Amino acid sequence: MKKNSIIKMVDIAKVYDGGEFHTQALKDIDLDVESGDFLAITGRSGSGKSTLMHIIGLLDTPSSGKYILNGTDVSKLDEDEQALQRNKEIGFVFQQFNLLPKLSALDNVILPSIYAGTASKERTEKADMLLTMLGLADHINKRPNQMSGGQQQRVAIARALMNDPELILADEPTGNLDTASGDDVMKTLKQLNKEGKTIVLITHEHDIALQARKILHLEDGRLIEK
Amino acid sequence: MNTRELITLSFNAIWGNKMRSFLTTLGITIGVFAIIVLVSIGSGLQAYISSQISSLGPNIMDVIPGNNLMSAFGPGTQNKFTIPLAQKLSDRLAPIAQVAPLAEVLTNVKYKNVVDKNVYAIGSTYNFPKAVVYGKTIMGRWFSQGQEQSGSKVAVIGYTVYTKFFSNKNPIGEKIFVGNEKYTVVGVAEKNGASLGVDHDNVVYIPIEAVHSQFGVDRLMEIVVNTNSENNVPIVKKQINAILSKDLNPDEYSIQTGDSLSKTLSNITGMLSLALGGIAAISLLVGGIGVANIMLVSVTERTKEIGLRKALGAKRKDILSQFLLESVMLSMTGGIVGILLGMIASIIIAMILVSSVTFWSVALAFCFSVAVGIIFGMAPAIRASKLSPIDALRYE
Ligand SMILES: Nc1ncnc2c1ncn2[C@@H]1O[C@H](COP(=O)(O)OP(=O)(O)OP(=O)(O)O)[C@@H](O)[C@H]1O
Ligand SMILES: [Mg+2]
Repeated sequence: MKKNSIIKMVDIAKVYDGGEFHTQALKDIDLDVESGDFLAITGRSGSGKSTLMHIIGLLDTPSSGKYILNGTDVSKLDEDEQALQRNKEIGFVFQQFNLLPKLSALDNVILPSIYAGTASKERTEKADMLLTMLGLADHINKRPNQMSGGQQQRVAIARALMNDPELILADEPTGNLDTASGDDVMKTLKQLNKEGKTIVLITHEHDIALQARKILHLEDGRLIEK
Repeated sequence: MNTRELITLSFNAIWGNKMRSFLTTLGITIGVFAIIVLVSIGSGLQAYISSQISSLGPNIMDVIPGNNLMSAFGPGTQNKFTIPLAQKLSDRLAPIAQVAPLAEVLTNVKYKNVVDKNVYAIGSTYNFPKAVVYGKTIMGRWFSQGQEQSGSKVAVIGYTVYTKFFSNKNPIGEKIFVGNEKYTVVGVAEKNGASLGVDHDNVVYIPIEAVHSQFGVDRLMEIVVNTNSENNVPIVKKQINAILSKDLNPDEYSIQTGDSLSKTLSNITGMLSLALGGIAAISLLVGGIGVANIMLVSVTERTKEIGLRKALGAKRKDILSQFLLESVMLSMTGGIVGILLGMIASIIIAMILVSSVTFWSVALAFCFSVAVGIIFGMAPAIRASKLSPIDALRYE
């Protein structure tokens, strides 16, 4: 039985067009990610990995091509509908963590559910549960600058899980971490994949990529299967 | 995102930047403060003036030396109003109108061992109670024509003088010193009130001849003419003109009726209020620009936060309302503090000068400060809401 695609891209291209420069960051991208997959995308610096992830995550729009996310043609959605899709369907994990410095770990984790309109008691319980599950029970009320990088990244993972999205997008999640913390994060991602989440991981480290089920390689904006 | 969450969010942003928020609200506070205080002074002045005019009454005229109201306050033409002139006016206008001349001198009053060195001795005639609205006695009687003509040293004391010297005792028949002469108290005048810091009850009324002979005052401050009926005002005015024009030039006297007086004064206070309002509006505008400035800084500073919120699912209106609410809360806080300080200042000013806090000025100032928040917060908030999530996230 064939699983249904969560990401389906046909002939996606992205051109950055400034006054003096013209960069073809992505071209001829055909991508099909099945629900429950664990995909790693590798490539040299500047090969277009982040650009691709931003397009997958609806943070950026492609210059041309067709993108169907979870059965909806997202190129036809307006800004607010895209925001809704990001909120419900996608969890982001960034290299720089991107936690709000003035909020506690708990409040950072709660953020996506505020925009989803979840009731206050329910979301606090959920955030608490997620942080505990990720081994951060003692750090719930700490601010990001009171935590280690590994802890911050686990807070970010908890935040990505807050609205129960199908898809987790992680751009160099281990890039700012030492090996031990990086392994921790990878273990967590693998566990989440086992529980059914679809994961797209971007990394330039080969041994990290090897932990995924499937690896795609980007070279000068083109996808190459390995 | 519901309203409570929005408020918490905006509050935290404001609270997280205390010094900056304080300085921003200060601009609004000063603007609103200026509105409240200046409007209070304006309306206090207006209320004071209309109370003065109503104490004049519709059928009462003030005949004053000089050619206009202002000369009563400053050096105008030479004062040609004498006691005989007032007498002549009184004789000719009877019985259709009652006439009372007024002359005053600052002197000291002494009773037993108590001395007050700042009492106005007001000289008038037995006709005073018939001509002047506040010329009633609450104890004893006004001095009679007989007492006046026989040169008796009799005095009617003002309410403040009564309470100060006699507290609960009956003053009638007691002897007080006005200047160096001994007077018999025959009556206590009703309360007249205070205005512009002057207590109109810290006075003693004595026969006008006594002011002349004892203090050497021979010029009158004014002559009050009471026509008993409003209908008679035009005729009496004509008669006064006919009588006075024989002895005086047209610019040496003027006749103030309640009507003409209120017109002149409302012109002056109207101009004044406009000028004061203009000043206040400018300072509020400056405050508003301050809010806009800070909100722009705040949007720029938090570009990354905006990007992250959008990435996590914030819609355009979530970001818009977050920043708009923040600027409204800043201005509103400034407004409320300004209103409170303005009200306190107005109350203090009311003790020495005139001022009265009006509901509409408070309401206006409040609405103004909220409007400033919306108007000047709009552009930065729209800017924030339009940022693309990825551009904002990448912003350093
Ligand atoms: N906003 C932008 N404007 C113009 N060019 C851009 C922009 N963002 C990326 N690029 C260009 O697009 C290409 C791909 O960039 P991208 O960030 O996707 O690379 P990457 O594979 O993520 O690299 P790294 O591993 O260093 O993060 C680069 O040549 C880059 O210079
Ligand atoms: Mg990158």
